Amino acid sequence: MTHGAHDDTGGARTALPTPSHTVGPFYGHALPFPGGEDIAPLGHPDGITVHGYVLDGAGRPLPDALLEVWGPDPRGAVPAVDGSMRRDPARGGHLGRNGVEFTGFGRIQTDADGHWYVRTLRPGARGRHAPYLSVCVFARGLLVHLFTRIHLPDDPAALAADPLLSRLDADRRDTLIAVAEGRAAYRFDIRLQGEGETVFLEFQ
Amino acid sequence: MTDAPTQADIDREIAAAHAAYQRRTADGAPVEHHPRRDYAPYRSSALRHPLRPPVTIDVSRDPELVELSSPAFGDRDVTDVDNDLTRQHTGEPIGERITVSGRLLDRDGRPVTGQLVEIWQANAAGRYAHRREQHDAPLDPHFTGVGRTLTDAEGTYRFTTVRPGPYPWRNHLNAWRPAHIHFSVFGTAFTQRLVTQMYFPHDPLFPHDPILQSVTDDAARQRLVAAYDHNLSVPEFSLGYRWDIVLDGPRATWTEEGR
Ligand SMILES: [Fe+3]
Repeated sequence: MTHGAHDDTGGARTALPTPSHTVGPFYGHALPFPGGEDIAPLGHPDGITVHGYVLDGAGRPLPDALLEVWGPDPRGAVPAVDGSMRRDPARGGHLGRNGVEFTGFGRIQTDADGHWYVRTLRPGARGRHAPYLSVCVFARGLLVHLFTRIHLPDDPAALAADPLLSRLDADRRDTLIAVAEGRAAYRFDIRLQGEGETVFLEFQ
Repeated sequence: MTDAPTQADIDREIAAAHAAYQRRTADGAPVEHHPRRDYAPYRSSALRHPLRPPVTIDVSRDPELVELSSPAFGDRDVTDVDNDLTRQHTGEPIGERITVSGRLLDRDGRPVTGQLVEIWQANAAGRYAHRREQHDAPLDPHFTGVGRTLTDAEGTYRFTTVRPGPYPWRNHLNAWRPAHIHFSVFGTAFTQRLVTQMYFPHDPLFPHDPILQSVTDDAARQRLVAAYDHNLSVPEFSLGYRWDIVLDGPRATWTEEGR
């Protein structure tokens, strides 16, 4: 995210980017939407639950972090369907998802204990990659959002062959792999700083 | 030692961070368009920024990356009046009515069409309609301060709202945020995701605000300030501000079918 004006692609890149700012503390009535954490269509057999905490450098959970989760369907296809936050034209409020279509996108605010969860579909593999959910982390105090990935632990061969995971030391690599808790539930904590700090990604 | 820092303390830290950035660029370091996450004058950042450098991913080697696609939003997600914050209640909000409009562009200057733009802001008195808000300025029963829209075929967005007031916060003693509108925008790739704030021209609070000043590059910081645009002003109704948004981060170089 720190491109100069003449760096990549050799193309024009003439427009200079708008700087990022923190979401601050008051996004709560604007960005979260009802059912944001329930991406999976109801009763889908490939549904999974991922949950955990977002923790600061002192190990304290953040009650005011916002996560966005974006992932492919179980076949590895990226959804192109809208309707994550369907609005009601009559009342102006949110209708929520229609319970059938899979949009792949969710937005979750950590609760007062710093806990979050998402119910989505088990992501399928794309290209050479082990399957993963992309995560974007926002918080008061965080001037530029952070990207990370949630991998599921079920296919060790796919994880071993993954182009990103195979570049990392074992302890760092493990911060990107959720822990199975049985019954299609997984634990994934995000540590913003210090001991066990989550691997965050920069795309160029 | 536990006393809150004064504005003078924060001003000194802001000046030191500016000077450090100028030394870096004078020594040939690249322009920094975004804040550093460890910007100390913004106290809340202290325990919330990674200490390790991010792991870099070269997207040109991998067109299959999930992050090179973006969530879809459409007419089901946004209703027609969601971009008019003055019409969400039975009465009219108090304050100076404004029209805020601009274009959403990528680094090549190409418009980003049909994507979601969300805003939130304080009311004219500087108070958010949020339960955790502690500032005792009056709430306005006719103003929630939340809006959303989709960019049109030229990448243009447009909101009708009232000009937000500045408000105090507790970063340091006598800390005041310049008036601003929070923006959340999506690009054609998740890598282009941006949350930021738009400011109003000539605000005397600019030099004292550690959030705005966290953008240490003078030209980059100026890009967060809207321009008054008389052509956008609506006769007998509102004053116009123009603010274009340019998304950073790589996008896919191919066009996805049907998007
Ligand atoms: Fe604010």
